[in-house]
Amino acid sequence: MKYILMMNTMKAGQGVPAWAKKDLQAHIAFMLGLNKELHEQGELVSAEGLSFPDQAKLVRAGKDGLPTTDGVFPESKEFLAGFWIIDVESPGRAYEIAAKVSGAPGPGGAPLNMPIEVRPIMSGPPAEML
Amino acid sequence: MKYILLMSGTKAGVEGYHAWSKQDIDAHMAVLHRINKELADSGEFVATQGLADPTETRIVRGEKNGLPVTDGIFPESKEFLLGYWIVDVANAERAYAIAGRISAAPGPGGSPTNMPIEVRRFAIREPQSH
Amino acid sequence: MIKKLDGASEHLLRELAPQVLGAVSRRFRDFASAEDAVQEAMIAASTQWPLQGVPENPRGWLIQVACRRMTDHMRSEIARRERETAVAAEAESLSPTLQIEADMDPDDTLILLFMCCHPALTPSSAIALTLRAVGGLTTAEIANAFLVPEATTAQRISRAKQTIKASAVPFRLPSAHERTERLPTVLHVLYLIFSEGYASSIGAHLQRLDLAREAIRLTRNMKALLPDNPEIAGLLALMLLTDARRAARTGPDEELIPLDRQDRTLWDRAEISEGIELLTGALSQASVGLYQLQAAIAAVHDEAERVEDTDWPQILALYELLKRAAPSPMVTLNHAIAAAMVHGPAKGLELLRALDSEPRIASHYRLDAVRAHLFEKMGDHEAAMQHYRIAAARTTSMPERNYLMTQAARLAGD
Repeated sequence: MKYILMMNTMKAGQGVPAWAKKDLQAHIAFMLGLNKELHEQGELVSAEGLSFPDQAKLVRAGKDGLPTTDGVFPESKEFLAGFWIIDVESPGRAYEIAAKVSGAPGPGGAPLNMPIEVRPIMSGPPAEML
Repeated sequence: MKYILLMSGTKAGVEGYHAWSKQDIDAHMAVLHRINKELADSGEFVATQGLADPTETRIVRGEKNGLPVTDGIFPESKEFLLGYWIVDVANAERAYAIAGRISAAPGPGGSPTNMPIEVRRFAIREPQSH
Repeated sequence: MIKKLDGASEHLLRELAPQVLGAVSRRFRDFASAEDAVQEAMIAASTQWPLQGVPENPRGWLIQVACRRMTDHMRSEIARRERETAVAAEAESLSPTLQIEADMDPDDTLILLFMCCHPALTPSSAIALTLRAVGGLTTAEIANAFLVPEATTAQRISRAKQTIKASAVPFRLPSAHERTERLPTVLHVLYLIFSEGYASSIGAHLQRLDLAREAIRLTRNMKALLPDNPEIAGLLALMLLTDARRAARTGPDEELIPLDRQDRTLWDRAEISEGIELLTGALSQASVGLYQLQAAIAAVHDEAERVEDTDWPQILALYELLKRAAPSPMVTLNHAIAAAMVHGPAKGLELLRALDSEPRIASHYRLDAVRAHLFEKMGDHEAAMQHYRIAAARTTSMPERNYLMTQAARLAGD
């Protein structure tokens, strides 16, 4: 069964975290290690990080076929920072992986406990979508 | 360049959509299908997914006693992801143009829904050679 | 268990692909259909050869299979149109493969390169088509290398061939004048393949195709066909001199290691020697092209056994040449770094101020990254940290982001 795990942890105007070097390295190593593990178990379909919110754009249809594009978002908006698409045996396994992601180490090595949104997705786009 | 195009909505918005006439829903889906087919034809299509109702969503925050801490409560007014497109395009303008077309897909009575589509660039996994 | 081709046979198959395609295209005067037919023959080879062994005349085998596919296609076309045509008569009297092989021209690979790197194609289409038609890679391999679905890659290649067909370019070597005009596009495509491949050297567990090696192979083949062209030699030299550093470029945790911190004992000295030799040969000719200039800069770096031995004045002089020959924001940036190494970081920062008024580069992450580096050299750690963090938020590359954040963290101290 396929799930998307979303990390909605970026805020507008926020820059990169200013952690100590070893905390940063531990965090990066943790994420790389997790992806490698999931890949080896055949559970990782994809893992992607997104660029920062100051590059995000909101596009609307606009008038007369001319779309409008701006970078104006609500201040409180939690932007998608990255996502994983996993293929697992059960919902429990999906939540287990999400819990691992959530517990990635942050400052002082303490688990961040980021909120990770877990949504089921179909095994592929429906035929008529292609 | 890979971009993800995000379409979000609220519970109220989705309920409103479900209340459209069958004709309006079919017309809307037909335009989205056409966009997908055009993306496949142009060689820009990477992936697309419609996401399930948020009642299936879980937010996971770390673990307690070895078990994931999950929460399935979705506030009424909160925006959630309805679906996404991943495209591989020559430049940002092309990504915005595609988003504009999605936003222009017709709603009740045939006028464009004008839904805001968030456009985010992927962070690529490789360093840039220089 | 599906038997797969061993490395040597796979390499052979890729080398033969453009030769077979040239022969079949020439015979049927239809590049687009021939390319499809050759693809099918390649797939047949990769499934049958592991079981039956590599045939005695592998090229002849491939030509034979490709021709059968062509005639099958033509016969079904005829049946569809329900007309006898000259094509039908030809299909019936198809000469045996020996004849086709004899008609082969060693220039076919070159013809294909010019054809596939058509200026009307987008870079990504030209890259995909070149890799398949000239590189002999499968659609799946190409798709995997660029992390797009196979269907998307197949579609890009199909559209590229339609564009070429519509341009009605004949299957022959372009005239000397046309070659001079078109060569930069071909070299640019090869360079893009290399850059993409070189950048993907991390994440070995993802098992992506070695595109950098493919680019080097294709450029070598091109050089063999046009041995006196200094820019091709220059491009090949640049690729080798860059590729030589690959092993030192990333650390055990996939982290980026910049040039000034790489373990030079890991550099491939054989590639460096070959690169320098090629460059010397190319530079001995009158005009000095852009690839030769870039290769020369790479050579100066690679010749330094220790980072402190780097001949920065020479690099600066070369960037000055490059700035005049092909000015670009990236060249200005690199020139500023070199100037900083020769005249001090303040000089470098001064040169960078010129870029603030250039919209293309003003918000580019590398400007902040280079500023950060220079501020650090000046001892202004606050400014350096700030710029490292801005650069980290702006780059679209994860490894770069990680690297830049780590630099900022390093300066913050702990």
